[in-house]
Amino acid sequence: MSGLSSLFRSLLAILMIAVMGALLLPWQATLQREAQAAHFRSIPLNLSLREQIGQSGFLAALSGFRAPLAAFLWIDAHSAWEKTEWGRMAGLFNTVTTLQPHTLLYWDIAAWHMAWNASIAALHDTKQQSEVLRERARRQYIDLGRDFLERGIRNNPDNYLLHERLGILLRDKVEDHNAAADAFAKAAACSDAPAYIGRFSAYEMAKVPGREREAYDRLMALYRQGKKQQLPSLLARIRELENKLNIPADQRIPATVVGGSSPSR
Amino acid sequence: MSSTLLAPARILAIGRNTFTEIVRQKVFYFLLIFGLIVIGNSAFLAKFSFQEEFQMLKDVSLGAMSVFLSLLAILATAMLLPRDLEDRTIFTILSKPVPRYEYLLGKLLGVVILLTLSTLIMGALFLMVLFFREQSALAETQRTCPPQELAPALAEIRKAAFSWDLLPAMAILLVKGILLSSLTLLVSTFATSGIFAILVSASAYFIGHLQVTAREYWMSGIGIHWWTRIFTAFVALLFPDLQAFNLSDDIVAGTSLPMGLFWQTVALGAVYTSVYYAVACFLFENREL
Repeated sequence: MSGLSSLFRSLLAILMIAVMGALLLPWQATLQREAQAAHFRSIPLNLSLREQIGQSGFLAALSGFRAPLAAFLWIDAHSAWEKTEWGRMAGLFNTVTTLQPHTLLYWDIAAWHMAWNASIAALHDTKQQSEVLRERARRQYIDLGRDFLERGIRNNPDNYLLHERLGILLRDKVEDHNAAADAFAKAAACSDAPAYIGRFSAYEMAKVPGREREAYDRLMALYRQGKKQQLPSLLARIRELENKLNIPADQRIPATVVGGSSPSR
Repeated sequence: MSSTLLAPARILAIGRNTFTEIVRQKVFYFLLIFGLIVIGNSAFLAKFSFQEEFQMLKDVSLGAMSVFLSLLAILATAMLLPRDLEDRTIFTILSKPVPRYEYLLGKLLGVVILLTLSTLIMGALFLMVLFFREQSALAETQRTCPPQELAPALAEIRKAAFSWDLLPAMAILLVKGILLSSLTLLVSTFATSGIFAILVSASAYFIGHLQVTAREYWMSGIGIHWWTRIFTAFVALLFPDLQAFNLSDDIVAGTSLPMGLFWQTVALGAVYTSVYYAVACFLFENREL
């Protein structure tokens, strides 16, 4: 009788928890939606990630240790860098950015290692005799860096940093000034963007045949913002474009205007 | 017997006693390990850039806090009832006019005090190391950076180091620890030994992290067999959604935590804790000791 009573109480306890679970379901679903809208809990813990990080890593990620796991793999990638194991680094960076897609730093540094360090190392790889193949490897690493930045942007579209880094990569490594101008323009449109990025976009645009007028209008808009934007590099570009576009003398900026410091930006 | 439903003084006395008992078992030694992880990690990371160093210091420290709090919650709670039964102290307490629900609440309170104190100590240690590393990066930058670029560089360092969102992140880890403690207390009311309670609670911990997957699968209801449906429903209804408390991974990534989300998560933790405690009381009330 006592056994039956104990069984009955256990079943009743399970029922009580199940009822609570049922009552909490709508709240849990709402909370999850709200968290995902605020960029929380949006990492797909699926088979693709399982293949990348192995069983124990996947278990750790499932148990709420995504961030420490990403940190350990990042340290591992750093060791790979010290041994110049570029392929292993790329794989580790892939995993780290999959685990922590909202950490801008990981995307930024992964892209920098690939597009700058690995690409230069590939170009000067003494084990590879063929210059064509070395050049191909260099371009592949640059593309890999670009891919990191583009994926990073897809995960963090509202932050200026990765848009800016993509602009720099397109400007310095790919030399696609048109795409670089657009990337800088997207960076400048972000609420947290520093003022110089707007100038970067216009400078790149000025190099693109057919977009000179658009670049001139942008540079003039920046010029009208006042002294903080009237830097020597900006004035030099405006004067170049005034000549190129045959801007009437009365619409040109006065020759007396001399820019402030920070010529590089 | 007291005429009031709950006697705070009695509960507090049991709580204090429970806390003292756990402390006597030298559980705080884990703080030494935590200290080694945080300080050692920080020293090891000195070769990275300051952004990387701060990022990893936060990742590893909050991760270690999460591990220690979860372990502490399960291990400390699982041993409470079996030890009291073994030492026969439970009979001494319950022979006095102490209702069983007060006894359980006192036990839970003891663990909550332990978890809160541990969170405060680990949090303070972590923030102290972060502060010192930040000061060292600031001093180095002040020495080496050209004056015209100094202000943005210093701002960048400060931005990468401390964020106010780290505080709610630690608070949520504590809430998760309390929830796990309440769940373990529930398990130990019907467990036959401490080991059994630890194993069941640890399993519940892992399954709880999969609850959201089971819940989504069950609620979508598309093309799944009836037995899979029953199994996923079982997981979704009986286990807590522990992924809801894993916000620190994204907070250290720089995601800003809305206060509404924070309070809702705390409230969810409070509901789980209360219900598990209530069910524990229900089961413990008629348990033959």
